[in-house]
Amino acid sequence: MTVIKTKFGRRAFIKNTSLASGGMILGFNLLASCKDKTVEEVMLMPKEWFEINSYLKIGDNGLVTIYTPNPEFGQNIRTSMPMLVAEELDVDWQSVLVEQAPYHKENFGFQFTGGSQGIRRRWESLRTAGATAKQMLRQAAAQNWQVPVEEITAESGMLHHTSSEKSAGYGEMAALAATLEVPEVVKLKEVKDFKLIGKSHKNIDAKDIVTGKPMFGMDYQKEGMLIAMVEHPPAFGLTLSSVDAEEAKAMPGIKDVVTIKSYKDGFEKGGFDTNAFPELVAIVGNSTWEVMQARKKLRVEWKPITASTETVKGFRGEETKNIPAGLESSTNHKVQMAALAAKPGKIVRKDGKPVAAFKKAAKVLERTYSAPFLAHNTMEPLNAFAFVQGNKVKLAGPMQIPSSMLPAITSSLGIPEENIEMDIPRMGGGFGRKAYGHYVLEAALISQKVNSPVKLIYTREDDMTNGIYRPTYQATYRAAFDVDNNLTALHVKAGGIPESPLFANRFPAGALDNYLAEEWSIDSNITIGAFRAPRSNFMAGAEQAFLDEVAETIGKDPIQFRLDLLKRAKENPVGEENDYDADRYAGVLELVREKSGWKQNDENVHRGVSAYFCHNSYAAHILDVTMKEGTPIVQKVCCAIDCGIVVNPDAAKNMAEGAITDGIGNALYGELTFKDGVPQKNNFHQYQMIRSSDAPKEIDVHFVQNEIEPTGMGEPPFPPIFGAVANALYKATGQRHYEQPFVKEKQVVG
Amino acid sequence: MAKFNLKINGNIQEVDVDPNTPMLWVLRDHFQLVGTKYGCGIAQCGACTVHLGDNAVRSCQLPVSAVGDKAITTIEGLSENGDHPVQKAWLEVDVPQCGYCQAGQIMTASALLKKNPSPSDAEIESAMDGNICRCGTYTRIKKAVKLAAVETENS
Ligand code: FES
Ligand code: FES
Repeated sequence: MTVIKTKFGRRAFIKNTSLASGGMILGFNLLASCKDKTVEEVMLMPKEWFEINSYLKIGDNGLVTIYTPNPEFGQNIRTSMPMLVAEELDVDWQSVLVEQAPYHKENFGFQFTGGSQGIRRRWESLRTAGATAKQMLRQAAAQNWQVPVEEITAESGMLHHTSSEKSAGYGEMAALAATLEVPEVVKLKEVKDFKLIGKSHKNIDAKDIVTGKPMFGMDYQKEGMLIAMVEHPPAFGLTLSSVDAEEAKAMPGIKDVVTIKSYKDGFEKGGFDTNAFPELVAIVGNSTWEVMQARKKLRVEWKPITASTETVKGFRGEETKNIPAGLESSTNHKVQMAALAAKPGKIVRKDGKPVAAFKKAAKVLERTYSAPFLAHNTMEPLNAFAFVQGNKVKLAGPMQIPSSMLPAITSSLGIPEENIEMDIPRMGGGFGRKAYGHYVLEAALISQKVNSPVKLIYTREDDMTNGIYRPTYQATYRAAFDVDNNLTALHVKAGGIPESPLFANRFPAGALDNYLAEEWSIDSNITIGAFRAPRSNFMAGAEQAFLDEVAETIGKDPIQFRLDLLKRAKENPVGEENDYDADRYAGVLELVREKSGWKQNDENVHRGVSAYFCHNSYAAHILDVTMKEGTPIVQKVCCAIDCGIVVNPDAAKNMAEGAITDGIGNALYGELTFKDGVPQKNNFHQYQMIRSSDAPKEIDVHFVQNEIEPTGMGEPPFPPIFGAVANALYKATGQRHYEQPFVKEKQVVG
Repeated sequence: MAKFNLKINGNIQEVDVDPNTPMLWVLRDHFQLVGTKYGCGIAQCGACTVHLGDNAVRSCQLPVSAVGDKAITTIEGLSENGDHPVQKAWLEVDVPQCGYCQAGQIMTASALLKKNPSPSDAEIESAMDGNICRCGTYTRIKKAVKLAAVETENS
């Protein structure tokens, strides 16, 4: 690992000792990309840094280092979070350096990236950090110049006192400012005064990325570090029985083979301690290739698990999970799902008299939608570095929620929380998978057993077959119409293995007099977890495809149909629990209608529309398909998003483009099936991913302009794209698509 | 185990490994050139792309014994200062999201442009089809390849 050492003065760390240990310091803006610094760059570095608060320090020459608190996996928060600090500090972006903060609860609060919460949760705290520092600098200038603080202005890294014509750079006042009391209250800027927020700033790490600098967990290196791999059961429903490691141990470069058990008996699991295979065989050696070769010589016996029940303390409180024994197959899952879908479910919402409305209906439209398990397939497979020394451990690896690791590590390794040090390197994709850090715990257990620093690497096959998958889901929608073809009732019954995807209080609930929502679920031993926009990523597609068919049945334009329902939901909502804002919802539909030129006349272009609300934001897409020799080609996606204030517009566009492309890929190809507990795909020759030639030829992203505090961005554009694909494919082919993935066979590219 | 003298990024370097070891792991484990990434190990994702002579190859499928005296270029050696036209175009378009696939994308794109300085859209797509980006940056990648092609032509 390249550790870039700058001439940090010890003094700068008086308040922030956790940072003084010289963790993996990554991604300096500009300077980071220069291994050997030029004379000019060394000159640029300050002689001394003064820490103003845990988020920032100021050099004697005015350079500012901002610690970016949250893990990065492609949202570009390592750029946008420092922007929030710099905005309120009022400093030029050119004089900002960015460092990744290590895990440190007291200094950095909840360091969590997921649920589209990053910017939303940091919006106030990071701006406050900047504003507090600015206030302390003004105070220092006032003290120095013996003038009232109210008369000091601060701008672009400079402090001014107009009447005495005094000026100083932040660097000149930083030493004094660092000694002052932290003000109890500070004022934050009005939206109209923003200089950085709302303007596009390039990814601070782009230069390091395009030159191949070490920055991912997978790239971590340390003197004496060994490479570890783990062998997990070939099927869900199996666990370790015994291992014969004789032959493997005799292979070149192999240091040891050990077995590990992730949790102590009776350990109370948290919501992110999901782990299908807590007992593993680990093989440790000098190099990756040697370990891969020797691993083939392990003779491991597996045995069936017994059924169990576990209580998990998650975000949503205490939950009891039943884990059945047995080897599950997707064909059986389908039968089980059909059986439950045919029975009454658990009613989660009922408005008006839906049953009577269906009885009275002149016509009923009923459609069933389904989607398979999905693997996350982050391009960086799971990995973790661990070095246990006595009762201390140093960890580094891709972790969306570092703090979630602490209880298991404390319990399983017997290491107190304060002795757990964690670096948070950039992740090569997360999408929810890296919220479940069992591999970090595994690395720590292996390091403890072999008494060396180790880097645990999952192969792609390990990664794909030891998943915490997106569950398989199914939903049946029914609509009732009267003789005049008016929609009189809507019924949704949805379920999945092992959880229901339903959000009963989302649109179109609230817009219909008669509405019924039911759900069901089926226990499974296949582990599941968050996958970009959990549950929404299925429900949006099903709901939006169904609404399209309802609009067609009524003979209404699909956008106008949705807008009419939203108008009803706004003016005269049914029920009180509706968790969306009908105005903002309509806003994205209106914007996308305008920007796409919805009523186009090209008969070769087939358009599908879809919109959805999740993670506090609204997104609408219009997707254009043309057909070429029977194959659909996505020409263009026009997208409108309302996520409140957009901090870094071009970066947000990049994320929306990614969500759209990723969603199209998953809608067309994404699928993982099981046979006797064995995942039926283990690498990209079998698991079809969207590739360059399938990607939209053009993506046009627009944001609703408003002054609402930022809401979610990483996930909201993802779910609705599934509906847009289905609806456009219908226009192009005359066939409705109910079952994901929409394309069953596709030539795999080598 | 056997000794190999490899020409990597212009330097001759020696390594003593099992002759079947893929170049990917020689680069990453033995030379600490970790810019070349592991994504699948079976020539399906392109994350490990390097240049062998002028050709883009998947280093996970290139045994060290097959390299001979051909020059290997990795992302670290593509340019002195990160100013290869493809790298510059990548910065201009601000392509990366997580960034993990991008070294491989850039190595594939730069080999393409060397052979075909002004590729059509279809040629770009088919050349880039072996490189998966789970973050979905394909539209930006295409834009950047086109920009690099124009820049190369103008320079
Ligand atoms: S790692 Fe070589 S192509 Fe995927
Ligand atoms: S940028 Fe993340 S995989 Fe391509």
